Amino acid sequence: MNAWLGLIALAVLASLSLFVGVIDVWQADRHEVWSLIRDSRFPRTVATVLTGASLAIAGQIMQQIARNRFVEPMTAGTGQSAALGILLTAMLFPAASVGLKMVLASLAALGGSLVFFAIVRKLPPTQPLLVPLVGLIYGGVVGAGVTYVAYQADMLQFIGIWMNGEFSGTLRGRYELLWLAGLAAGLSYLVADQLSIIGLGEAVSLNLGLNYRQVVFLGLIVISVVTGLTVVTVGMIPFVGLVVPNLVSQIAGDNLRRSLPLTAMLGAALVLAADIVGRLVIYPFEMPVGTVIGIFGAVAFLWLLYGGARLAR
Amino acid sequence: MIEIENVTHRIAGRTILSDVSLELEKGGIVALVGPNGAGKSTLLSLVARLLPLQSGGIQVDGLRIGVAADDVLARTLAILPQELNVASRLTVRDLVGFGRYPYHKGRPTSEDTALVAHALTLFDLDDLAERQLETLSGGQRQRAFVAMAYVQDTEYLLLDEPLNNLDIGTSRALMEQLRNLAETRNRTIVIVLHDINYAAAYADRIVALKAGQVVADGPPDQVVDDGLLRRVFGTDARVSLIDGRPVVLV
Ligand SMILES: Nc1ncnc2c1ncn2[C@@H]1O[C@H](COP(=O)(O)OP(=O)(O)OP(=O)(O)O)[C@@H](O)[C@H]1O
Ligand SMILES: [Mg+2]
Repeated sequence: MNAWLGLIALAVLASLSLFVGVIDVWQADRHEVWSLIRDSRFPRTVATVLTGASLAIAGQIMQQIARNRFVEPMTAGTGQSAALGILLTAMLFPAASVGLKMVLASLAALGGSLVFFAIVRKLPPTQPLLVPLVGLIYGGVVGAGVTYVAYQADMLQFIGIWMNGEFSGTLRGRYELLWLAGLAAGLSYLVADQLSIIGLGEAVSLNLGLNYRQVVFLGLIVISVVTGLTVVTVGMIPFVGLVVPNLVSQIAGDNLRRSLPLTAMLGAALVLAADIVGRLVIYPFEMPVGTVIGIFGAVAFLWLLYGGARLAR
Repeated sequence: MIEIENVTHRIAGRTILSDVSLELEKGGIVALVGPNGAGKSTLLSLVARLLPLQSGGIQVDGLRIGVAADDVLARTLAILPQELNVASRLTVRDLVGFGRYPYHKGRPTSEDTALVAHALTLFDLDDLAERQLETLSGGQRQRAFVAMAYVQDTEYLLLDEPLNNLDIGTSRALMEQLRNLAETRNRTIVIVLHDINYAAAYADRIVALKAGQVVADGPPDQVVDDGLLRRVFGTDARVSLIDGRPVVLV
């Protein structure tokens, strides 16, 4: 029932996304419309759905691993590390293929998340709000590092694209990597039970014979691939991974086998809606989706923090 | 059989367990008692591989801890740790269901579902089955975790203070369940208890630990007396015999 409502809402948003833009599809000439939809609007819509769904899932996995509802890859250093990886790749191997960029961005994201988890492991479990705080600081430091390196290398204009995600540049042939991100996020459904169990902690996992480290590492790989590919193709989009899993947990609980599909759906809907808003708000110009979600997400984040004592694990 | 051989455990230079050796026969209830900080939880955690073994050896049913595969052990031995700060939005049914994970690895069969339903009934959780853990009271949550350990259906069951937060009716019902498991299915249950009267009433054997060493070991009527309370717990409570069973007058 809920699932059907969600799917219908998603379909409505997706069709809106196909028809909203500077060129009015009802006025223009037929051939023009067809190529517009094929080359730009359709890729853009698909990219938005894939990004939203996979970022929300990555956020949910990260929250399971951290056993903390206030973390997500884009604000806890994973996204910034991916950007650092892309920047270094662009500097050291300017001729690198897209595939190589993608691999290096994901590896950098993985390294960044490993460092994050190494840091927060040492935090006292009685202070759940320290984890996102440390994440924000850590993400800020890595982000500042990216800016510094880019400034030194005279590449500031490039990092603007990665640091604030947007879909206006999404064209046929330039977004397909996101299918891989979607695939990685989708595959996590195969280990939904394992991910639910590690959310209960290491002792429970060990007791049930789960290879805790292996599942955590698998989760980190999904997070890193999703983050790396998203940053390479559309740039950083904050808060999706934070807000959506929290909402879903309130609605559907913490059994990932049940909640992951909902997470994907809501994530896609949120980013679609934000992208449509971004196209309309200063029409005929566009506001980057990262900015729209940043504003909405900051408010939602504050709301989560204030309800924090109740929501924290 | 659980064989613990010369286990010594140190944390940050302090000796928590010193040269503990114990043989726990198959079948029956062993109560582990001792003052706070004696090392009871540490010992159970070592047996359940939640802590890495530093020296000595432990075998459960011939499986060597630290060597045997995790999933094989998960079907041999289950532990209920002392502290599980879990404020998850899992439902009680889902949580108890994960107790079957070692068998179904993510694909529950109808047998698994039936066992879970049985455990929910057994531990009086039917009315709470669809409630989320974070909405439960301390004792209700404790019962859910006990049920989870129960459906794991292992020959060896290690329970670290399972009576925490439980009222007297629920506590006695749980101990009766455990007796039943030990007697009708020859299960081996090691249980940490602070209430010596529960230990004396339900255990076949009491092992007392103090400062990381075994200081008393035997059947309740031979172990529980004024001397034990004085030596191990440093308190002057009297022990009297009622119906042939030692009872501490608190
Ligand atoms: N991680 C740790 N770091 C330092 N000391 C520890 C740690 N874990 C346990 N200890 C110490 O080891 C000793 C034994 O702890 P353990 O938890 O095994 O005691 P216990 O017998 O279960 O006590 P209780 O009845 O209070 O549960 C205690 O003195 C405790 O302070
Ligand atoms: Mg203890």
